[in-house]
Amino acid sequence: MSDLGPARGPEPMAKPAADEVPQPAGAAGPTAPTQADLPSQDGPLAFFAGARRRNPLMSLILQRLALSVALLFAVSLMIFGGVEALPGDFATTYLGQSATPQAVANIRKELGLDQPAPTRYFQWLGGALQGDFGTSWASRNSVSEQIGKRLGNSLFLAFFAAAISIPLAVGLGMLAVQFRDRFPDKIINVVSLAAISLPEFFVGYLLILFFAVNMGVATFPATVYDTMTIGQRLSAIALPTATLVLVVLAHMMRMTRAAILNVMSSAYVETAELKGLSGLRIIARHAAPNAVAPVINVIALNLAYLVVGVVVVEVVFVYPGMGQYMVDAVTVRDMPVVQACGLIFAAFYILLNMFADILAIVANPRLRHPR
Amino acid sequence: MADLLSVRDLKIEATSYPPGERPRTVTLVEGVSFDVEKGKVLGLIGESGAGKSTIGLTALAYGRGGVRITGGEVRLNGEDLLKLSPGGIRKVRGAKVCYVAQSAAAAFNPAHRLGEQVIEAALRHGVMTRAEAEERALYLFRVLGLPNPETFGQRYPHQVSGGQLQRAMTAMALCPNPELIVFDEPTTALDVTTQIDVLAAIKHAIEETGTAAIYITHDLAVVAQITDDILVLRHGKMVEYGSVQQIIEAPQAEYTRALVNVRGTRSEEAVDQSDTLLQVENITANYSNGFTVLHDVSLHLPKGQTLAIVGESGSGKSTLARVITGLLPPREGTISFDGKPLPKALKKRSNDELRRIQMIYQMADTAMNPRQTVREIIGRPLTFYYGLRGKEKSARVNELLDQIEMGGQFADRYPAELSGGQKQRVAIARALAARPELILCDEPTSALDPLVAEGILKLLLKLQEETHVSYMFITHDIAIVRAIADSVAVMHRGRVVRFGPKSKALSPPFDDYTDLLLKSVPEMEIGWLERVLKTRRMESAGN
Repeated sequence: MSDLGPARGPEPMAKPAADEVPQPAGAAGPTAPTQADLPSQDGPLAFFAGARRRNPLMSLILQRLALSVALLFAVSLMIFGGVEALPGDFATTYLGQSATPQAVANIRKELGLDQPAPTRYFQWLGGALQGDFGTSWASRNSVSEQIGKRLGNSLFLAFFAAAISIPLAVGLGMLAVQFRDRFPDKIINVVSLAAISLPEFFVGYLLILFFAVNMGVATFPATVYDTMTIGQRLSAIALPTATLVLVVLAHMMRMTRAAILNVMSSAYVETAELKGLSGLRIIARHAAPNAVAPVINVIALNLAYLVVGVVVVEVVFVYPGMGQYMVDAVTVRDMPVVQACGLIFAAFYILLNMFADILAIVANPRLRHPR
Repeated sequence: MADLLSVRDLKIEATSYPPGERPRTVTLVEGVSFDVEKGKVLGLIGESGAGKSTIGLTALAYGRGGVRITGGEVRLNGEDLLKLSPGGIRKVRGAKVCYVAQSAAAAFNPAHRLGEQVIEAALRHGVMTRAEAEERALYLFRVLGLPNPETFGQRYPHQVSGGQLQRAMTAMALCPNPELIVFDEPTTALDVTTQIDVLAAIKHAIEETGTAAIYITHDLAVVAQITDDILVLRHGKMVEYGSVQQIIEAPQAEYTRALVNVRGTRSEEAVDQSDTLLQVENITANYSNGFTVLHDVSLHLPKGQTLAIVGESGSGKSTLARVITGLLPPREGTISFDGKPLPKALKKRSNDELRRIQMIYQMADTAMNPRQTVREIIGRPLTFYYGLRGKEKSARVNELLDQIEMGGQFADRYPAELSGGQKQRVAIARALAARPELILCDEPTSALDPLVAEGILKLLLKLQEETHVSYMFITHDIAIVRAIADSVAVMHRGRVVRFGPKSKALSPPFDDYTDLLLKSVPEMEIGWLERVLKTRRMESAGN
């Protein structure tokens, strides 16, 4: 049956219908009204030319960027306003019994609190934009320096938790789809539900009890110092990383499973099945690419949690990260530190969500390859 | 006999889950036997629910959504597919037997390029190397008449038209050099002028490659053009099985005869078309994005008569209806109703102006609230426009149900408990409840099976005689125009290219577009496709 090769190529039946006029490469579709001025899809210069009509992808991404910046400014206002609105006063708290009006006024002047709020806001914001978050009221040290170390620690922990949990979650999600409603799927579901249901401090203490106390194979507390080698650090963060992985894994895995299952009922998956493809290939090649957007979103949310929401885990494991730093600052009303931590957390949250949005947009072939 | 596929005594079941009852097993297909010889084409024909697709998919040993093949045998080259292991079946699918779905737009994966999808099966089954597969894909793109075959494979599904996708799907099925292809209504979703080209391309490709095929459709006129044998199905059972000649020219079963004669209805057009009800003058309308959909449209519709608006999808037919109802206020032009100008926007129209114009939609399904009973659906306009309540309302609902030939026993059913034709009848009753003078019918029969559609058309004609209502009937089907219209407007790309009484509009001399449209409508005649293609070729050669 292979004697029908291209060599025999007959005259092509080139008789397109009235609405099917052959179109120039790079633009297609009978209903695309502006196809003539669409740029070729590979032209890099097009990315900077009049965005909206010519390149919907770029204009959407620019939109997201602008929105994120605006949001960040709004958040900075809210953080500053919120801190302003707090009752009580650092000077009074700091001086305690010896708070004579004169002493209070002196401290307020020293800290610049005698200036009007808008002035202080712009000073703070101007500093923050250059990476200078002022001086801690409590320790008189540079906030930026302190945060630099703490943030590094937090990111170190978050990075390893993410590096383990994301591939694991996506892989397990695909596996659950492949064996849906059968034994492996049920096991994955029950275990992940259990992991979601247990509070993270409980998971943390359980891990400490088993691995550090009973078996003695893990390090506790997970405090890290500047003098530690990378190997020591890794061994120190093993337990908090495991805790975080357990906490975020289930959420991402279940979302991956749901998103892929949703796609599995579509006609193109049936097409793939009728091509005689194997189950895993159908999931990985035909279903997963179309489930990317919701999965990316849930991954971004969990990444944000790994950076922003790890306060409890840091406290349980006595890990010197951002969360612990912020909690300490709140108890002593060290406002520059609270403000700086708040702004950095918000920035991470907004940035991660923006990246998720942009990735989801880029993953959409309709936007990546306009008609 | 070199039977490629031999199906014997097929039985197919599924489990249905009626709400509030215990699940029960329903038999979808029973006692169906047929053969497909090498290189021949078998047509499966029947209305929806006849089991056509279900039977077609058994050639790939596939049951869609919980459908189980529970009896009989499906032998491909003598080997029973139903006895194969899942791995064995996978080796048949996409290599020996391929499938072309009705909606290619949904059947292509939006995330991958067309070329990759076309050659995927051939590569995965090791039928050919990548270079060979790409070469064959290019050859098939040429055979199927796709534009720019060299670069076509680089495109994504959303970048090409529906007709092109359907051809690409055919190329995808032909690529691994299968012995059998199952075509599942491949041209049903296409415009009539596109359908003829895709049909010709498929026929040409089948002949060119010598592949056998099963061609599933509800349109006997289409199947007559492309197949050697025809199997007529109804309710999952065989009605008649024979050669194309025998089925078309000498049908034995009564059901087959009804199918063959389904397009026979003709109505006489009204002689006096002067008493105008609706006058549309120089309407130009655009979407909110500035795209102009209607250009300078003018037409009129006499009282108690039917104006058919014909055209392909995207020609502006439905938009014209939206303009008349006030849903889309036009940019320019006027609409007068019964001698008085109508306000352009819906919000500016009085209740009575709204009452006098009603609509019937293509999908009765989505036009009705699934949580309301037939009584509530029909009763709503009675209360809204006439303030009817209680017994009066109930009596009127029953009267309307009698008018649509359904009867009072349907009043307490929900839309989900009705068939497609019954739903459309309820939609008609809802429109009639307002006692309108004009009903805008937006393709009310195109989602229905031919015989059911015929019933709806007859009902509409009967209701027109009884109530003297006017219809503006939007359709893409010339046969329907012949059946019910008094006057005809042909639309193309937002313009009325032809308008007048039916006898004049559908007689020569034609403008180019109307000519193309009329010639593209499949006729119940063997060899029609070749004849038409020949004249079209000659014309293009002459130009």
